[in-house]
Amino acid sequence: MLEAILTAVIPVVLLGILCGAGLVIASKLMAVKEDERYPKIRECLPGANCGACGFAGCDGYAKALCENPDTPVNLCVPGADTVVQQLSKLLGVESAAAEKKTAVVHCSGDCSHTQDKVDYHGLESCKAAKLLYGGKGSCTYGCLGFGDCQKVCPQNAICLVNGVAKINPVLCVGCGLCTRTCPNRLISLIPVRETAVVLCSNKDKGALVRKICTAGCIGCKKCERSCPQGAVKVVDNLAVIDYNKCEDCPDAGICAKGCPTGAIQPVRGAFQ
Amino acid sequence: MTKLAIILLSAVFINNYVLAKFLGICPFLGVSKNLKSAVGMSAAVIFVMLMATAATWPIQMYLLNPHNLGYLQTIVFILVIAALVQLVEIVLKRYMPALHQSLGVYLPLITTNCAVLGVTILNIDEGYTFWEAMVNSLGSGLGFMLAMVMFSGVRSTMEGSDIPESFKGLPITLVAAAITSLSFMGFGGVIENLFS
Repeated sequence: MLEAILTAVIPVVLLGILCGAGLVIASKLMAVKEDERYPKIRECLPGANCGACGFAGCDGYAKALCENPDTPVNLCVPGADTVVQQLSKLLGVESAAAEKKTAVVHCSGDCSHTQDKVDYHGLESCKAAKLLYGGKGSCTYGCLGFGDCQKVCPQNAICLVNGVAKINPVLCVGCGLCTRTCPNRLISLIPVRETAVVLCSNKDKGALVRKICTAGCIGCKKCERSCPQGAVKVVDNLAVIDYNKCEDCPDAGICAKGCPTGAIQPVRGAFQ
Repeated sequence: MTKLAIILLSAVFINNYVLAKFLGICPFLGVSKNLKSAVGMSAAVIFVMLMATAATWPIQMYLLNPHNLGYLQTIVFILVIAALVQLVEIVLKRYMPALHQSLGVYLPLITTNCAVLGVTILNIDEGYTFWEAMVNSLGSGLGFMLAMVMFSGVRSTMEGSDIPESFKGLPITLVAAAITSLSFMGFGGVIENLFS
């Protein structure tokens, strides 16, 4: 009886020990040298895998930081200053501050300012609507209003208000996924500070803009003249603000005050 | 040669492990959501099936059978396959990082997959020689891949269709799997007549 049990148990145990020993030897012999800083660096990164740094997710960025000392440490937008400081401490490099950015939708043509030109019954997607005569709204430059950006936002920072996407600057981490998603390229990243934003992207002549939207930029150049820094320029009938020149404006938001249609809006409070 | 061809084709079509023998259903339902992961998983399965057969067939014939230990087959096979898959993973990580990245996630999943164990045990039960066993494993793996690729197509089509609320998710997947399986029953008896 005992013999029968032993003849079964002993070979299996021996085989198990053999397999185990083989695995131990193999894992020792073929251990892949992993950069010891890698797990620490990976720990620092927020793990949102947003791709704002330009690498394939946080793993890719951590790997690049390990392998190439020239990789800048301030690429992580969602992590902002805390991550930059941690990374520069780990890697022993000078820290370059990451400028916190937030996304802004450059359109304010909601239901009260503009009208639909067609009754659209198609796929509920900006991309699809854009293909059909440039969308349902009378302005072909404006927000298409189906929330493709909303779907792609990892922070749920975007909501549709009266048919126009609005971004909550408190929730926005500035990853820039929405800027690449919007078929009309309406969304851009701007630095978080006291300044003004142009909430229109229409490049048509002023008279035409007036007809289709009451909140559109008519290219009157009033803002251009009022700006003490020369940061606002009207290009293709549309005001554009150069935020590099905006930095220390003595009269922040003056461009917005003079705007006759309200296409330029000051941004304060919400960004702090 | 004809026998090898019969074994290969019948393993792919008639005795398809997923759709006719209902082994390996877990990865079949779990990893068939899109074509890319389905192909990755199938490639790993083919690889592991061949490795496992190459390792277990000699063990059965030269170790277990001569000592009348045939009844230890199941436990020994599980042990050997699990160790083998781990070993393969270590080796791949060291020498073929690219392949390891594409198969990486799927390899540990297969360690105790019933399709792999099923192939090795059925190879012995059928009384195949070593090369017949290897061909049968290859065919079974290819059959698994065929089923996975077909079903991932079915599933991606289902994603865009209007499914009744109560059928959404797993229920409709199982229904679709049943119909796909039914279509494979049609192959029964085809191969025998093909070569006669």
